Amino acid sequence: MTPDAEDYSRLTPGLPWLEALQTEGRRRFADLGLPTPRQEAWRFTNLGPLGRLPWRTAPPGSTTLVPESLPSVVPAGGPPSHRLVFVNGTWRPDLSSPGALPEGVVLTGLASALTDHAGLIEAHLGRLAAVDGHALIALNTGFLASGALLALPAGTVLERPVELVMMGAGTDAERPLAWHPRVLVVAGAGSRATLVEHHVSLNRHPGFANLVAELFLAPGAQLRHYKVQRENPESFHLATVTGRLQHDAGYEGFLLTTGGRLSRNEVRLVLDGAGATVTLNGAYLVRGRQHCDTTTLIDHAHPRGTSRQMFKGVLDAEARAVFQGQVLVRPGAQRTDGHQLHRALLLSDQAQIDAKPELEIHADDVKCSHGATVGDLDDDALFYLRARGIDRDCARALLIAAFVNEAIAEITDPTVATAFEALADGWLTPG
Amino acid sequence: MLEITNLHASVGDRPILKGIDLSVQAGQVHAIMGPNGSGKSTLSYILAGREGYTITEGAVTLDGRDLLAQAPEERAASGVFLAFQYPVEIPGVSNATFLKAALNGVRRRRGEKELDAMEFLKLTRVKCRQLGMTDEMLKRAVNVGFSGGEKKRNEVLQMALLDPRLAVLDETDSGLDIDALRIVADGVNALRGPDRAMLVITHYQRLLSYIVPDRVHVLAHGRIQRSGGKELALELEARGYAEFGVDEAA
Repeated sequence: MTPDAEDYSRLTPGLPWLEALQTEGRRRFADLGLPTPRQEAWRFTNLGPLGRLPWRTAPPGSTTLVPESLPSVVPAGGPPSHRLVFVNGTWRPDLSSPGALPEGVVLTGLASALTDHAGLIEAHLGRLAAVDGHALIALNTGFLASGALLALPAGTVLERPVELVMMGAGTDAERPLAWHPRVLVVAGAGSRATLVEHHVSLNRHPGFANLVAELFLAPGAQLRHYKVQRENPESFHLATVTGRLQHDAGYEGFLLTTGGRLSRNEVRLVLDGAGATVTLNGAYLVRGRQHCDTTTLIDHAHPRGTSRQMFKGVLDAEARAVFQGQVLVRPGAQRTDGHQLHRALLLSDQAQIDAKPELEIHADDVKCSHGATVGDLDDDALFYLRARGIDRDCARALLIAAFVNEAIAEITDPTVATAFEALADGWLTPG
Repeated sequence: MLEITNLHASVGDRPILKGIDLSVQAGQVHAIMGPNGSGKSTLSYILAGREGYTITEGAVTLDGRDLLAQAPEERAASGVFLAFQYPVEIPGVSNATFLKAALNGVRRRRGEKELDAMEFLKLTRVKCRQLGMTDEMLKRAVNVGFSGGEKKRNEVLQMALLDPRLAVLDETDSGLDIDALRIVADGVNALRGPDRAMLVITHYQRLLSYIVPDRVHVLAHGRIQRSGGKELALELEARGYAEFGVDEAA
């Protein structure tokens, strides 16, 4: 994979710090190359097929779309969300509707934010997602051309969700497009917001989204961060989410994946102050030859942190999934309470799952646990439903939905929970 | 209505049923009593179509149609209803979703119009009221966190909604205290009717004081050893199953 040289630094020329950062990113990526299965963190996910495609960096898009046709978790007719729309990674103000925002809140495309909020961005961009040692972050940084900035002053509460709609619209199967957006969230002390990401494809052409998010949660800030990725089965989707929670901050994340040929969500959260809480749940439903990787690192660096993770996976046909869940409790992070659960349903003999939970504990007064199960549907439950007149396929779909909905039910925003449940149901009853 | 003829069945290589003959007419309630391991539950599962049993000989028909060739969901539509000894808990599926899927599954196969959400709710409320139940348990996940009595009442509610020709009650009294037993039995009795047959499977006579059968059969060693009127149940209660070569104290 050789990114095009002419596409460098479309973000904003003339900012020396940014140009230096991007140059460093490109240099690092040139050194590192794409990760390979020889690296422990990538043992079960082979990016070989991605590296063999002749990617080119997506030009600014002009795809014609109507905003009404764009996905949203908010029911039509109700109060709208604050929505930013991206096509092939480029922010499209003409399709976006950020709406009225409380005093001091910034929600805009990263490129335009650099004009008015360069100081804020300089203070945060690349601080959590460091280019050294992480090829995908280096690649994203080097070719960073767009993204979103959400900044919340201390004490601000956003009642309605912020939605980032990121759409792939490839034009050519022979020369697929790649984009490297950055999501930057700077949540001031005690602020609260809900951020929803939609990743979809507008056609059948392959795309490569290499997303990096940096989430800064000041003391007491509460961020709900929900993501659904349902790109077409030719696409590659790699996301690296980095976050830092100061004391008493709270993060609630949910990752719903039904799309992509090869996808990976790598979430790295540091509980960098006492009493921070992380809830990170997710569900993936994959079939065909899809490959879905979920890799999490919850880094308990201070006392009294809480982390809860529940992931549910459903695999059919020849699909493969990877779950790597690492919980790190550093010395001094006493009274940490960490739980992790990963459960997968294999609906076919050819489906495959590699699960690797990893607890690394360097403090003595902690409560940590993990659990992992892989199985088939419960025969007793299946017979019970069929004995009541529910046909076999319908009974299976009910049980699979119930399995997945146990995770989705953990989403505290009821509108998002309803929308995600419907998306999971849509996977179960295609067409 | 239900005709069981020379039914032999095994699990793996082990024969469990060794030639059952039984005929139940519409409107009748028959009890099948027997010690543990006699094949009572096997018989009920075979009628409902559970996998894992091999029928080596014999036939079962309901209203003249071969039952053994039908999938479990087809039998439900044909009118077979098994009230489970241990109703299965299904986390994540609400009782309302379950009941509606079941009712509409059966109605579709019977060539009847499916009910929409409003019609379903109305019908279910009527049935709940007839059975002296609240509709609060509709919102909960199927049998999850239900007491023993609630689970059995939920079975009776399902029976009322699905309106079966043949109801098979497998050890319905197990796990119930006397008050719960009375409530469940009242529900079952309310569903007795001239078009419906019932097969009440039980170890103990106790249940038969509340659901009074027309006929009682003793099942032991995979065969019906003796048949009689309701007084046979009292006789068994007094004398146990010893005369059928079963020593339950052992």
